[in-house]
Amino acid sequence: MSKEKLFGKTPSEIKTIVKQLEMPAFTANQIIDWLYKKEITDIEQMSNISAKNRSLLSEKYQLGVNLPIKSQESKDGTKKYLYPAGEGRFIETAYIPDENRSTLCVSSQVGCKMGCLFCMTGKQGFQQQLTAGEIVNQIRSLPEREKITNIVYMGMGEPFDNPIELMKSLEIITSEWGLGMSPRRITVSSIGIIPAMKTFLDNSTCHLAISMHSPFEEERRQLMPIQHVYSIKDVVSLLKNYDWHGQRRISFEYIMLKGVNDTESHVREIARILNGLSCRINLIKFHAIPDTPLEASDKASMLSFRDALTAKGIFTSIRQSRGEDIFAACGLLSTKELIKNNE
Amino acid sequence: MIHTTTVLTKQIVTSNISIAPNVYLLSFKRSFSFVPGQWIAIGLYPTDTPRLYSIASGIHNDEINILYDIKPDGALTPNMATLKKGDSIYISKPDGSFYTETGKAWWIATGTGIAPFKAMLDSGLGKDKKLIHGGKSLQSFYFEKEFSDVMGESYIRCCSRENGDIEYNGRVTDYLKQQEQLPSNEKYYLCGSSEMVVEVRDILVNKAVPFGNIIAEIYF
Repeated sequence: MSKEKLFGKTPSEIKTIVKQLEMPAFTANQIIDWLYKKEITDIEQMSNISAKNRSLLSEKYQLGVNLPIKSQESKDGTKKYLYPAGEGRFIETAYIPDENRSTLCVSSQVGCKMGCLFCMTGKQGFQQQLTAGEIVNQIRSLPEREKITNIVYMGMGEPFDNPIELMKSLEIITSEWGLGMSPRRITVSSIGIIPAMKTFLDNSTCHLAISMHSPFEEERRQLMPIQHVYSIKDVVSLLKNYDWHGQRRISFEYIMLKGVNDTESHVREIARILNGLSCRINLIKFHAIPDTPLEASDKASMLSFRDALTAKGIFTSIRQSRGEDIFAACGLLSTKELIKNNE
Repeated sequence: MIHTTTVLTKQIVTSNISIAPNVYLLSFKRSFSFVPGQWIAIGLYPTDTPRLYSIASGIHNDEINILYDIKPDGALTPNMATLKKGDSIYISKPDGSFYTETGKAWWIATGTGIAPFKAMLDSGLGKDKKLIHGGKSLQSFYFEKEFSDVMGESYIRCCSRENGDIEYNGRVTDYLKQQEQLPSNEKYYLCGSSEMVVEVRDILVNKAVPFGNIIAEIYF
């Protein structure tokens, strides 16, 4: 049986471990510092902790930092990294450098349970929840770690289907004792699992992005089975209870599908349901996946959709498609084949 | 599915019986109306993080039935299986929109994903429907007598790990793949794991069923 991982634990959890191992109380802060502020690869490198205590720690725990085992680079500079996530399981992480910012798109689950019609990860099914350590490790172990300016939870998985580890990972990333990143540089993207979304809104100041993809209930149901459980109407209704006029941002993701959700009536309905909510919309090009009945809207349709929403007073932008040639673009991440090969 | 914000009300268990290995049917008195296909959140205590379960009984039944299987690592179901008549549970109001229509349609389920279709059957919506139910063992076809009595030859049991005197020995997906033609103008209602839903949806789309006619509920 593999040893428990230290990376991903909070100060209170480390304090409990230190107490259980009968180490001096101050050792907890030293361990936290080694975990999140320094670049070590082994417990033995915690040089200000006594050899006896390092040995005690190593008997029961491992550091829990895992470097990516593979990377691919797109012609547009986007890089996709493959991280191990337990026996025979893997996750993908996309690093997207731009002129003024470098965004890391992290995964929160191995696979996904939500089954959205347009998503490659959904076709993989669900294999495993990631721990907070495995989520944060995607940042910690990235070769370009120092260049990251923004984190988006838009990789594999539905973050709000893994709410405890999601919140813990956000705590580690944003705390002074952790990675010390501003919550204003972090966006969690979800299809809108309302109970976990409420927990997030009440306990975090990170930005939120909601996958809308259709403002019409029946149509969204066909694209996203979650609509049967948590409707977009109820999601928006909850969001209207929060203040979005400050620095915190709410945005809606909208994959544009030819002849499905790119009409004038969609513009009108989006404007109607979002009335009174200070928000923005990101239009996303659909990236074709196997066996899909869906097609991407053309560029002209996307531009006209953007202009129509803008004319209704909703700040709308078209998200630049990145990493499509290495299957790192939106909706394309999947480790299904790797998992199959390992079975 | 985890649910954390709903107000829960107390109900008294009237029975909790094992209907197959690791599979139970929990019952309590019906004190509310609902639409077949809807779910309720259930917890064992008012402060619990409840989980969502499809109602598996008809709209006019005196009792609400909940079909569930024990998840060995689950926080709720191992304890739920120990409930006896007279014990308390806490439930939310019914919610959800996995509704079926009258007229011809296909119901496709695996395992306990049969629950909403049982509610639909018991609510008189079984006419003109074809039900494909997948299970690993021959004991996985919960409510088979009830479905068989009403649906007759339109009730197809697909068993993936045992052979028996049933309609199809193999997976639901294999059964569907072997159908030469599937009506493209009928609705297909899917309920079960995300793996099943995604795979079945791909098969239906490949057989020219418009995705607008595929309605899926995923157990998560």
